[in-house]
Amino acid sequence: MTVATEPKYDLQSKIDEIVGEYGAKPTALIMILQDVQKHYRYLPEDALRAVAKSMKLPLAQIYGVATFYRTFTLKPIGKNHICVCTGTACHVRQAVVIVDKLERDLGIRAGETTANGEVSLETVNCLGACALGPLVTANGIYYGNMTVNKVEKMMSDVLHKKRVSETTEEAA
Amino acid sequence: MSTNKLNSPAELVALKERLEKNRNANKTVVTVCAGTGCMACGCDAVLKTFREECANDRLENEVEIKATGCHGFCERGPLVVVHPLGVFYQRVKPADAKLIWEQTVKGGHLVNKLLYRDPQSNQIVKNEKDIPFYKKQMRIIFGKNGFMDPTAINDYILLGGYQALAMALTKMTPEQIIDEVKKSGLRGRGGGGFPTGKKWATCRAVKVEPKYTICNADEGDPGAFMDRSLLEGNPHQVIEGMLIGAYAIGSHEGFVYVRNEYPLAVKNLTIAIKAARDCGFLGENILGTGFSFDIEISRGGGAFVCGESTALMASLEGKVGEPRAKYIHTVESGLWDKPSNLNNVETWANVPPIIERGAEWFASIGTDNSKGTKVFALTGKVNNTGLVEVPMGITLREILYDIGGGVPRGKKFKAVQTGGPSGGTLIVETAEPKIHASMVAYGDLRDEDEAISLLDLPVDFDELTRAGSMMGSGGMIVMDEDSCMVDIARYFIHFLTEESCGKCVPCREGLVVMLNILQKISEGKGTIEDIEYLEELSQVIIDTSLCQLGGSAPNPVRSTIRYFRQEFLAHVIDKRCPAGVCKDLVSHAIDNTCNGCHACLKSCPTNAIVGEPKRLHYIIQDKCIQCGACYQICRYNSIKRIKHGEGDKLQERARELWQPPLKKVTAEVA
Repeated sequence: MTVATEPKYDLQSKIDEIVGEYGAKPTALIMILQDVQKHYRYLPEDALRAVAKSMKLPLAQIYGVATFYRTFTLKPIGKNHICVCTGTACHVRQAVVIVDKLERDLGIRAGETTANGEVSLETVNCLGACALGPLVTANGIYYGNMTVNKVEKMMSDVLHKKRVSETTEEAA
Repeated sequence: MSTNKLNSPAELVALKERLEKNRNANKTVVTVCAGTGCMACGCDAVLKTFREECANDRLENEVEIKATGCHGFCERGPLVVVHPLGVFYQRVKPADAKLIWEQTVKGGHLVNKLLYRDPQSNQIVKNEKDIPFYKKQMRIIFGKNGFMDPTAINDYILLGGYQALAMALTKMTPEQIIDEVKKSGLRGRGGGGFPTGKKWATCRAVKVEPKYTICNADEGDPGAFMDRSLLEGNPHQVIEGMLIGAYAIGSHEGFVYVRNEYPLAVKNLTIAIKAARDCGFLGENILGTGFSFDIEISRGGGAFVCGESTALMASLEGKVGEPRAKYIHTVESGLWDKPSNLNNVETWANVPPIIERGAEWFASIGTDNSKGTKVFALTGKVNNTGLVEVPMGITLREILYDIGGGVPRGKKFKAVQTGGPSGGTLIVETAEPKIHASMVAYGDLRDEDEAISLLDLPVDFDELTRAGSMMGSGGMIVMDEDSCMVDIARYFIHFLTEESCGKCVPCREGLVVMLNILQKISEGKGTIEDIEYLEELSQVIIDTSLCQLGGSAPNPVRSTIRYFRQEFLAHVIDKRCPAGVCKDLVSHAIDNTCNGCHACLKSCPTNAIVGEPKRLHYIIQDKCIQCGACYQICRYNSIKRIKHGEGDKLQERARELWQPPLKKVTAEVA
């Protein structure tokens, strides 16, 4: 669901619904934005305005929060989300080689989305499954002990939706 | 599994007795570790198989299948323990689950191939507690994890849960509790090591209402995951700790600030809080004592700085997570300018055992100034990765060798990094000190450059600080000879420049300058003065930063320069990266041990590797981009990373062997 396909009044009512779940208190702002991002896969400008209206908070504060925290993105992300863990444990196990390989294969840098909107590549600081390093998650599925040779297999799984595990539901 | 609301401590005791009576001690219980580590290895499929088999055989009444919290031995996941036999199975696949079901659960026999085999003695170990990984551990905080379903409050009550709360509420005054915590010598497990009892006493003394109790579960340190495992595996112990703390300081509202990257922790904590409310442990008039307290969950936005208490509180208020100067402590004026007592997850989890078993018992564990146990996340280049809980004062040697099982693939230990990005890298073992003539010539050798080993360093708050690192939240990352210390320093500073909130200049600008210098050094363009400048700049950042994040940010650089000065000098003077990590200073080459397995050839992105199967391979130096893919793939250590430009020296034989096809390849390229 993108903003373009959703009429304005729907957007405001969707935002009101999300805000209503937590109540319009400032403590919940980060969680509300997380839920908005989950719905649209990013934080569209209109949605930020709607949140400001619904919570009666200055737009500047909401924009500040949306740009400060790492979770939030103001740009649409791809249909498939590849996340390479570059925590210290993965780093010493050469996660950077995996990032290089993905960047070369996809033709984008980490933090970008392919031109066709299919794949977003991202690095995260630590997923906390250090025993499996180097670790990559593709749409929430864990691929542990990664090597460059396993990357192609993983990408074909991702693009053809071959492996769907229960962990995805947990993550959702 | 609904339990009626308990209205008095007596009802809690009665409930525990009833649960004990109804429990069949001989009933077979199959526990499957369902922490994030095992989940990533596919433990859900194992669980499903067990449940299906159980349903097929209609043994639901005789056998219980339990998904538990993290057992700690993540390296060997998914883990399965069959009680009451206590048989420990590791790396269990769904097909193996069937075998365990038939052989062990139904037949009472062992499945040898799934038992743990000690790599050193080659002995099979049957029980969890006899495995070397667990033997030296002391599991006060994590002990219950393996025996309970984190989503079932009755499991926790059965293991003696909430008894400490009942005792605190009915038999102790708040002052007595604070006294007990003071006497126990408990210090904050989040990193700083501030005495918990003292913090509580200050907060209690402030005469402002309301007061807030906050649990810091924003575990942003890369390489630390004990807080997550605790919240996932035993959320009630954290809730109970917060309840006791809130009663002691006189607070009625609590928050848990947890990372959104930990979905399972959020889920289990939400279930636990709801169950605790239903049972009357949270809410109004807890256990009929008139004390009221409730907890709200707040999911963080993934900013490292929010682990700092004032930044966390700003974030809780729905603002940008910027820290403030702490001349007024948060215990006096914190969240919404009200007194706020913030402790880390592990600290809270330590409270119930202290109240239940007494301060003397707790104080008997550990060293003079650091009491109790500490959970470490042992990761990196070590055989037994996982969570280990050890008494304070244990030596690094015991953790790394006895528990961790040494370094894999026969490589050499080099260093261990503790305390996350704010901590330091400590030397563990040095081979012969490789002193270069150039270093002597520059007069840059000092006493501390001599081979030192900190293997026998007792691990506690003060000793680690003295050695130039810190306890931090307890990440312990092991590095072997393949890790370059300049690269590690650069990695941490890069992390910190990204995570710096940008409020104060020394941290925001100073770290960027440090990063640029480190980048220069790793490209072989550094000078001796750069190293001196790094040391000077570090001191300025430490002295002038606003918060502890900035104040400790240069630690990784300072400690690596302190212990690995020679490696910095090798980059600067010899233009050489001894570990072979810095791309601009290294060449990849294949030595004569290559057996031609062909694996590297497939991995090479630029087709720089040539060779026929089962014959010596060759890396065409001009085509190699030093990406390191082949080095990662090679299982025979045949690929060497040597000084830039010297690749062909090592490959002379291979080059002769490949001269004809090489000509062809070059012709094709042309």
